[in-house]
Amino acid sequence: MTPLTSLDRPNSYIGRSVPRPNAKRLLAGRGRYVTDIRLPRMLHAAFLRSPYAHARIARVDVDAARALAGVHLVATGADLAKICTPWTGTLDHFKGMTSEPQLPLPLDRVVWAGQAVLAVVAESRAIAEDALELISVDYEELPAIVDLDAAREPGTPRVNPAGSSNICFRAQLDSGGVDEAFASAAHIIEEEFSFGRHTPVTLEPRAIVADYDPDGGMLTVHHATQTPYQFQDLYSRHYRIPEARVRVIAPDIGGSFGLKLHVYHEDMAVVGLSILLGRPVKFVADRLESFVSDIHARDHHVRARMAIDADGRILAMDVHDATAIGAFSTYPRTSVVEGNQVIRLIGAPYDFKSYRAALEVVFQNKVQTSQYRAVGHPIACAVTERMVDLAAARIGLDPFAIRAKNVIPDDAYPTASPTGYRFESLSHQVCLQRLREIMDYDALRAEQSELRQRGIHRGIGIATFVEITNPSPAFYGVGGARISSQDGATISLTPSGEVRCAISVTEQGQGTEAIISQIVADQLGLAQEHVKVITGDTEVTPHGGATWACRGAGIGGETALQAARKLKANILEIAALVLQEQPAALNIIDGEVVNAATRQPRLAIAEIARIAYFRSDTLPPGTQAQLTVSHHFAPQGYPFAFTNGIQGCYVEVDADTGFIKLLKHFVVEDCGRIINPMLVDEQVRGGVVQGLGAALFEECRYGETGQLLNGSLADYLVPMAMEMPDIVIAHVETPTADTALGAKGCGEAGTAAASACVLNAVNDALAPFCASINAVPITPARVLEALGRF
Amino acid sequence: MKARAFSYRRAYTVDEALDAHASNGDDARFIAGGQSLVPALALRLQAPRILIDINHIEELRGVTREGEWLRIGALTRHCEMLTEPLIAEFAPLLRAAAPFVAHPAIRNRGTLGGSVALADPASEFPAMMLALDAEIEIAGASGRRRVRADEFFIDLFETAAAPGELVTAIFVPRFRCNQRICFDELARRRGDYALVGCGMQATCKDGLIEGIRIAFFSVGNVPTRARSAEAAVSGGRIDAERIAAAQAALDSDLAPPESDEVPPAMRLHLARVLLGRLLGRLGEVA
Repeated sequence: MTPLTSLDRPNSYIGRSVPRPNAKRLLAGRGRYVTDIRLPRMLHAAFLRSPYAHARIARVDVDAARALAGVHLVATGADLAKICTPWTGTLDHFKGMTSEPQLPLPLDRVVWAGQAVLAVVAESRAIAEDALELISVDYEELPAIVDLDAAREPGTPRVNPAGSSNICFRAQLDSGGVDEAFASAAHIIEEEFSFGRHTPVTLEPRAIVADYDPDGGMLTVHHATQTPYQFQDLYSRHYRIPEARVRVIAPDIGGSFGLKLHVYHEDMAVVGLSILLGRPVKFVADRLESFVSDIHARDHHVRARMAIDADGRILAMDVHDATAIGAFSTYPRTSVVEGNQVIRLIGAPYDFKSYRAALEVVFQNKVQTSQYRAVGHPIACAVTERMVDLAAARIGLDPFAIRAKNVIPDDAYPTASPTGYRFESLSHQVCLQRLREIMDYDALRAEQSELRQRGIHRGIGIATFVEITNPSPAFYGVGGARISSQDGATISLTPSGEVRCAISVTEQGQGTEAIISQIVADQLGLAQEHVKVITGDTEVTPHGGATWACRGAGIGGETALQAARKLKANILEIAALVLQEQPAALNIIDGEVVNAATRQPRLAIAEIARIAYFRSDTLPPGTQAQLTVSHHFAPQGYPFAFTNGIQGCYVEVDADTGFIKLLKHFVVEDCGRIINPMLVDEQVRGGVVQGLGAALFEECRYGETGQLLNGSLADYLVPMAMEMPDIVIAHVETPTADTALGAKGCGEAGTAAASACVLNAVNDALAPFCASINAVPITPARVLEALGRF
Repeated sequence: MKARAFSYRRAYTVDEALDAHASNGDDARFIAGGQSLVPALALRLQAPRILIDINHIEELRGVTREGEWLRIGALTRHCEMLTEPLIAEFAPLLRAAAPFVAHPAIRNRGTLGGSVALADPASEFPAMMLALDAEIEIAGASGRRRVRADEFFIDLFETAAAPGELVTAIFVPRFRCNQRICFDELARRRGDYALVGCGMQATCKDGLIEGIRIAFFSVGNVPTRARSAEAAVSGGRIDAERIAAAQAALDSDLAPPESDEVPPAMRLHLARVLLGRLLGRLGEVA
């Protein structure tokens, strides 16, 4: 028999794999997504989209569309500009950053192919689309800036004629000593990398129902978003409605990945359309619209140099990252965070002193890029890890050996990266060792070498990473964004002795509600099924940051933990009065107040609730039972809780077709305290799959005139189950000391390193051919080109 | 997107379907499985006045032997290629190709007649008509006729069946014990349109290839027979030399178009690789 552990205590849910309470409901088709919402008198919006990447709107004729039966409104940019104030996607802490003001619909110029130009509101979506066909717009084409490098060249036409150049933002980092390090280096590795633009592709597309009640001056927005409070603030300020009269409800959400926290022109327009009409208006982006209007991400060209000594120790890195973000910077989080994180995360796992980086963020006539799962991490990781492998190859070191030599030692914490990131405690060495074991690395190498004799080309790749989680106000707040880094929870004991927890973190399918109920049940001493968690409604839960940047468990979880402890103290205070004991002598187990020392049951908490709510007359005079408590928690201490891990993969490359088969993938991850191992594993697996999509399949391909060429699910390839390998996961737990819970984030770890890992593995497989690939996605065309096969 | 409004008519006989089409000035579409047409309607790429539902026309159903031919009703679903014993026995190339056709949900609805009539050059079944030397039965105003697959596919989405005519059945010469088949394709993901695909049926005698028909898809505007490659391997044993000759011959058989993802030279290269692998497999069983 295995010995008992702390998990065998009653109500010990922290660290336990329990199913998500909402999983059955969703599987049974009882989810209620925004698309499912039908309000009385609801109308439907559709948008006419620009066929050109850059053009002046010369003339618009909407008369025939307005006359069509069933059409209630055809709105232009000017109509909405009268009621909506413009927004600008800049933040103060990105010094010198510029971006043009934006409106829901353009006044006179379109800046990407697919941009919404006009809105039609009708009795049904089909009628609205009929009306779109009756609109005629005369465009005067302007030069379209499509290519990232072309956008940066002097003399290139400007994406925004009012601006002085196509540069949105520039940044420099320099720790000093870089030139000296390169001058004294035994070897210098140089490489250029390119990363394909891709897009998140959530199962549920963007969807919104805006419902403005002119009589009450009340706006209710049912919104497929991960950040309801952020949108409450934005709708209030841009439509000048008092914040308390704006309610944003995020019902069931079918995936988000960062996609659903940006301001989209259509969404802002739909709110305005509802205000203009005084009726509910619905818009659901169809898949074709999603491809040309959802944010894209990861369009980067990176030049990197690495200096190493004769033993393979990294001395310095010098990098230049150019990234193109579309015609505007996204609001309110901007489009420069990705590049900023790329240059700050490069080299982060390794112990070296001299680092220099330059970032150039440029405009182009494409849809906006912005934060998508693992913002910047996959770029930084791919560059770093490929450079490390090239360095290893240069001096004949094994990929594990060079990493063992260079990672920050586990006993060196606290420490900081050369880019200024402060690390509380990471575990690179132990993760490296653990990966070697779960991969059975030596056996894989033996198999690889044996198969090579038979013309079968397999490759092994590994990639170390750090991940940014639990962001403090240093992330957005300092830049002036009204984006909260704290969360709030209101927790109550019901008269029947159950517990409700309304909390500001949100659920998009990852299991936020499950882990919050685990933490509350664990801390209070209840069965999990007696805890109800409520999220996603600004009218119901306290204000908070919600879910992004891997903060749900670390910040939301700590909020719930502290709130539950407060409520427990209040319950025990009443129990002590009833039982004539000291509160400290009592505890709660399985919903019963017990003698803390003997665990002898004394009184059900349901009985405490009954007395407090219905027979307060039996309590001592002056007693006021507080069985509802609220608690807010903002991270303090380290600005971010960094996590770390390492991934490995095994691939087979068909050297004749360029096809790559993913054989197996391995992850060792350290996210601190694990609340629900099953959910953590599935977060990691899902993240890995998105990273593998980036590695092999996903790329938004554009033609010379700025048309998206593969904007459908038939042409834009997302990773599918058939092509995915088994993913083996192991954990190391290094809790953060900044919170009582000790949890850090895990949602982006999988995505952070998966593409880097595949890039290294494919290059390992191609090593006998002296071929090298430094671009993702690694398509058959790129492999065959590298091999000179056609 | 939502389809533009259209009328709907259910036909119970072929004549009824043809009349309905003609009486709507040919601003009509026949609908069977709808796996290509319905997305086209939803995307408003097509907006006919009326859809004529042919799913309830009894004579378009069923697989039967008719002498030396296997008659496959136009409404036979893709999934039936995997389950119908007569197809396994007398047209095994269709069975071999079927698992590669899209995904199960699509195979449950999509029909062989619909696939052949649409003539998507990236689809598996139209090309297999060429490899099988099949005949396509067409019903039109002037009655029924059978057209050899070699004459059926004319240009991109253009076939010997004129607008308003209906593909009613596919006739496949029955498979014989001295015949061999091979099929494969190179697709990025399972169920995707292939970058290149190929099916072949050979008639063998004493290990020699007496005759062979090799058909490619995803290589141009129409499903394409590789006649020079066929000639290069006919009349002898399949060996490395003949395979190399067949691969080289593809240069004159195929002229892949420009595409943003797969350059013509790459597609030709992949076709050569695929042909080499398939002939290699065929050589093992010839």
